[in-house]
Amino acid sequence: MRRRRVLGLLVCVAVLVLFSVASLAFGSRVVSWPDVVGGVLHPAPDDIAQAAVHARIPRTVLGLLVGAALGLAGAVMQGLTRNPLADPGILGVNAGASLFVVVGIAWFGLSDLNQYIWLAFLGAALAAGLVYAIGSLGREGATPLKLALAGAATTAAISSMVSMVLLARNDVLESFRFWQVGSLGRADFSQIGEVLPFFVVGALLALASARGLDALALGDDLAVGLGQRTGSIRLLGAAAAVLLAGSATAIAGPIAFVGLVMPHLARTFTGPTHRWLLPYSAAFGAALLLGADVLGRILTRPQDLEVGIMTALLGAPFFIVIIRRSKVREL
Amino acid sequence: MTATLTAPAPTPGAVVGAGRRARARRWRLVLVVLVVALLAVMLLTLCVGERSYSPVDVLRVVLGQHVDGASFTVGDLRLPRALTGILVGIAFGMGGVMFQTMLRNVLASPDVIGISAGSSAAAVVAITAFSISGPALSAVAVAAGIGVAGVIYALSWRRGVHGTRLILIGIAVGAMLDSVISYTLSRAAIYDVNEAMRWLTGSLNSAFWPVVRPLAVAVAVLAPLATVLSRRLSALQLGDDASTALGVSADRSRLVLLVVAVALVSVGTAAAGPIAFVAFLAGPIAHRLVRGSGALLWPAALVGALLVLVGDYAGQHLLGLRFPVGVVTGVLGAPYLLWLLARSNRSGGSL
Repeated sequence: MRRRRVLGLLVCVAVLVLFSVASLAFGSRVVSWPDVVGGVLHPAPDDIAQAAVHARIPRTVLGLLVGAALGLAGAVMQGLTRNPLADPGILGVNAGASLFVVVGIAWFGLSDLNQYIWLAFLGAALAAGLVYAIGSLGREGATPLKLALAGAATTAAISSMVSMVLLARNDVLESFRFWQVGSLGRADFSQIGEVLPFFVVGALLALASARGLDALALGDDLAVGLGQRTGSIRLLGAAAAVLLAGSATAIAGPIAFVGLVMPHLARTFTGPTHRWLLPYSAAFGAALLLGADVLGRILTRPQDLEVGIMTALLGAPFFIVIIRRSKVREL
Repeated sequence: MTATLTAPAPTPGAVVGAGRRARARRWRLVLVVLVVALLAVMLLTLCVGERSYSPVDVLRVVLGQHVDGASFTVGDLRLPRALTGILVGIAFGMGGVMFQTMLRNVLASPDVIGISAGSSAAAVVAITAFSISGPALSAVAVAAGIGVAGVIYALSWRRGVHGTRLILIGIAVGAMLDSVISYTLSRAAIYDVNEAMRWLTGSLNSAFWPVVRPLAVAVAVLAPLATVLSRRLSALQLGDDASTALGVSADRSRLVLLVVAVALVSVGTAAAGPIAFVAFLAGPIAHRLVRGSGALLWPAALVGALLVLVGDYAGQHLLGLRFPVGVVTGVLGAPYLLWLLARSNRSGGSL
């Protein structure tokens, strides 16, 4: 196990570095290696290539942050719900955040990220609570099928409410249409700075819940027997997931499947121990999001394909593989 | 007291027979009430609007006579709209209830598990990239709906198709297709928000006579077919093993039913977009009305038609702003959906 963890770490760091460089170099204009270095360290103001690299820095940083947040949120949610299909996109958490952000923009005239980020948290928390409550009713508790269906149905319900709000306001619709796909294209450092504290707090809470999640994986009875308080573990984990997913949605729009796929990949390197699984999921999430963003930019040059679309196209087949592998009884 | 003693005890056969007759009576009553309600709402939507006409004028227009003013407003605008609404509602209601019974889960309606998304995505791409319209567009949407359903069915095949796996894979495929729709819409120059909303939530704003004709033909073929097949549906409802024991092969029946149900839903989607939750809600509402007294297919179809007509009328005239029908049914349906979700999870999930 130990050798695999080291191997996984090396692979991950290599991939992250590779994708970061690619993210700086590729775009509507492809930039040479010396220009990438120059653009990062001391951009010459009159060199277009170096200016392009400089402009791509915030986008790359945001990709790393959002990807890490989503990977971490997914891993925590999968641990909390003991459910291989948990993901902020599938369970409707992103949709809840979207609805509250749209209402904030359309009805209360909010325009600033640090105003509506709180709405995003509130929406994410309410949606997460609702979906989990509905999905866990009944004798068998929260099975993957019930949770996924509750999430899909809630997402459908929420998106028609979003349409209702938007149709009355053409101006908001115009900007929302682009936010809705999930994209890193509008990043700048002041916005990243506003969300960064939430990412950090969310990540710390997630790491603090790692031991509790390990105990929870044994089942509630055993966890209590081991001296863990399951209620407070759940609360801690849920707070972490909502903070991470909510702030990622607020800044980049709803992005699905990163949180679903990456914990599964990370688990092949780390095994089920959350102390290791959580940081690896974050790193893998960052790599996936950045990779998807770069791939989207390369595929449809000179335009870029939004990362939210890329992750759905890459992630959904993975979801299908997981379902096909598991036995019907487990679903 | 003596009377009860001397009265002859009814034979078990008579009790069963009386129960059966009472159920059949209730089923017919529900059907009649729904038809009457549908006709009444249709008359209302034809008569009352920005300009209102008397029922006599409207009837004359419907019968083909010329009435100044009313001939255009009622004959060319309101009548095709109402007919499209009814036909689409029937298609969604039937398709939805077939899915729900077949997969034995209320939540497994075509709009949740990605079938409608398939038709929508194909239609959006066909419009924006290839500027296809008219009957060709319907054909594309239907073909795509069946194709997507086939892909979902094939992906969930592992020594037979299990309902649970089918639903989950449908959700994943639906998420992919939704991102295709979002992408296409964000790229296309949207001069007309209505057109976009039609493919996202469903709307009757482009329902004129050229839409009605192919739709009417398709529903006239598919609805009787569904009625004939619904006997297999009730066998499937008992579970795969029981239905095989009754001589209804589970996998083959599911395939045939799936094709008809998907065709119904795609035809509806091609005409009006995926009107939110109609396919989802028609079955459960019909179930509450009928209370186990008979087949759900036609009651669900009529409930679907009523939902679309009432939702469209409310969106047009009652809410101040003009909302497409899909937004109205989506917002009104959402609370009911959540309640249903909670209830069905507690009680096991089937209709």
